[in-house]
Amino acid sequence: MRSARNPLARLSTEMDGSIDQIFVSTLHRIASLAPPAAQPLVSMLLIIAGIMVVFGSCFALTTIVERKTLGRMQNRYGPNRVGPFGFFQPIADGIKMLTKEDIVPFSADKALHFLAPLVLTVPVWLAFAVLPVGRNMAAIDLDAGILFFFAIGSASELSVFMAGWSSQNKYSLIGAMRAIAQMISYEVPLLLAAMPVLMLSGSLSLADIVQAQPPGHWFLFTPWGLAGFGMFLIAATAESNRSPFDLPEGESEIIAGYLTEYSGFKYALFFLGEYLGLFAVTGLAVTLYLGGWQAPVSFLQWFPSWAWFALKFAALILLFIWARATLPRLRLDQLLNFAWKFLVPLALLNLLVAGIWWWTGRAQFPGLLIRWLVCSAILAAAYILLGRGLKDHKLPPHRYHYAV
Amino acid sequence: MLGRAIIQGFIETGRNFVGSYYDPERLTTVQYPEQTLPPDEHARTIPFLVYDGDDPSQGLRCTACTICELECPPQCISIVKDTVKKPDYLGKMQLQPKVFDIDISVCMDCGICAEVCPFDSIKMDQVFALSTGDRQALLLHKEQLAKSNLYFRQIHPGEAAAIDAARAEQKRKAEAKKAAIASAPSGFPSPLP
Repeated sequence: MRSARNPLARLSTEMDGSIDQIFVSTLHRIASLAPPAAQPLVSMLLIIAGIMVVFGSCFALTTIVERKTLGRMQNRYGPNRVGPFGFFQPIADGIKMLTKEDIVPFSADKALHFLAPLVLTVPVWLAFAVLPVGRNMAAIDLDAGILFFFAIGSASELSVFMAGWSSQNKYSLIGAMRAIAQMISYEVPLLLAAMPVLMLSGSLSLADIVQAQPPGHWFLFTPWGLAGFGMFLIAATAESNRSPFDLPEGESEIIAGYLTEYSGFKYALFFLGEYLGLFAVTGLAVTLYLGGWQAPVSFLQWFPSWAWFALKFAALILLFIWARATLPRLRLDQLLNFAWKFLVPLALLNLLVAGIWWWTGRAQFPGLLIRWLVCSAILAAAYILLGRGLKDHKLPPHRYHYAV
Repeated sequence: MLGRAIIQGFIETGRNFVGSYYDPERLTTVQYPEQTLPPDEHARTIPFLVYDGDDPSQGLRCTACTICELECPPQCISIVKDTVKKPDYLGKMQLQPKVFDIDISVCMDCGICAEVCPFDSIKMDQVFALSTGDRQALLLHKEQLAKSNLYFRQIHPGEAAAIDAARAEQKRKAEAKKAAIASAPSGFPSPLP
């Protein structure tokens, strides 16, 4: 029975002292300088500082990498004037955001307007606490880690409501309503896609889920894992309001939706909160399906665990950027139909397939092959049939009654 | 099948990304002002006055007929005729402008002045970095507008070559006529034999 523990009371593993545990051992060394009574507090503060530094600089790096990658995919350079190859652009952006005038509409609800960016950003920082970024490197190893993660994620959705309502602007309100509809609709496939992982690893704790995916046996390398991973990524894109699901902030549709009345630092906080939400859910995708900090094949285990996590994380972020460059924006009705009429049934079927996979867990060859074929066939059939349901039906030819 | 077009889209943007590092077709940005695209022969901005030879005041083709001033739609050309005449390329005495001003803050680069000029003296230039902090500097005078025929040949090679060839032909015919008159026996027209 595991519980949330003091990170200093971690069990040692065979890789202690190696580069794999460099952050853990550094933490221990610094924390042991403090008086024993204060050590848990000091180590927790160091972990918090570490998370904020790492994911904060990840945010800055992602903004410039995204702009340059989007540029290259659109046959142009990205920003390349500030610093070497434009990599100081986030500094320029930061200065711009901070020096802008903070305009609050006269009739806005002052308290809600002020709190909305905070309600977005604070829970998202909390979500990083349960992600196991390396061996023995989850800040807090909760028994119900994944439940905590999803609860926190839902808490940050309240900020969209607050922003839209408090701006006293009908376009902000409509934008907020659409954003909430999108976020709620895509919570269901997100959770359903995460469900087979919980079933097959038998635990809600993220560290246990990573342990259940030894090298070569990531959950991605199974038919239900492939489908679940795809659905999880799609739902994650929608949850973070990223293209092609960026209707709430599509500038050509509704200016900036619920963000219209925000400027300067508050807008920067919203921006930060959205990207951090993306990082959190990407980290979760890596943990659930890509084996967290595990290597893909056992002879690559010499590479540090936190470096594996970083590589997989970076690959997924690049995939999100690629999707943004490629796909046109979905309309609201297309978005909601896709969630409810395609992803939810597919995710439920995925649960069934995962169950079949579990039930045939002790199969030997040729049982293995049959297992793969049956599961893949069910998922492929469901995909094709549900896909037909999404097509726009041609209207019947119009019959003119009076004009000849 | 659902998703086929999405995959094709991903392949195309992926090729764009990878190709942008080695294939100039996949990265078509011209980073102005460090790099510029060469202008097309028929590109035009503001007008300029052509002069033949080395001396702008002697070789200026303009004869101050003021047709361009009258035809200019926004009336941005201002001409004052001089009383002193000067010879043109055929030796005939022509008027010249004392003042020839174009207000380029008004000029709309339509090219009508160049179209109507009977003396091929006002043509369209290709300079575009004309911003200045001094509004008075946007009124260009004769000295600023006069540019050599060699420059004209550089920016509009086809047109300049045609005009030069036509002028050379006319000059040759004039010379031949003069020679014919000079070499004819005295008492032109020749008396009946």
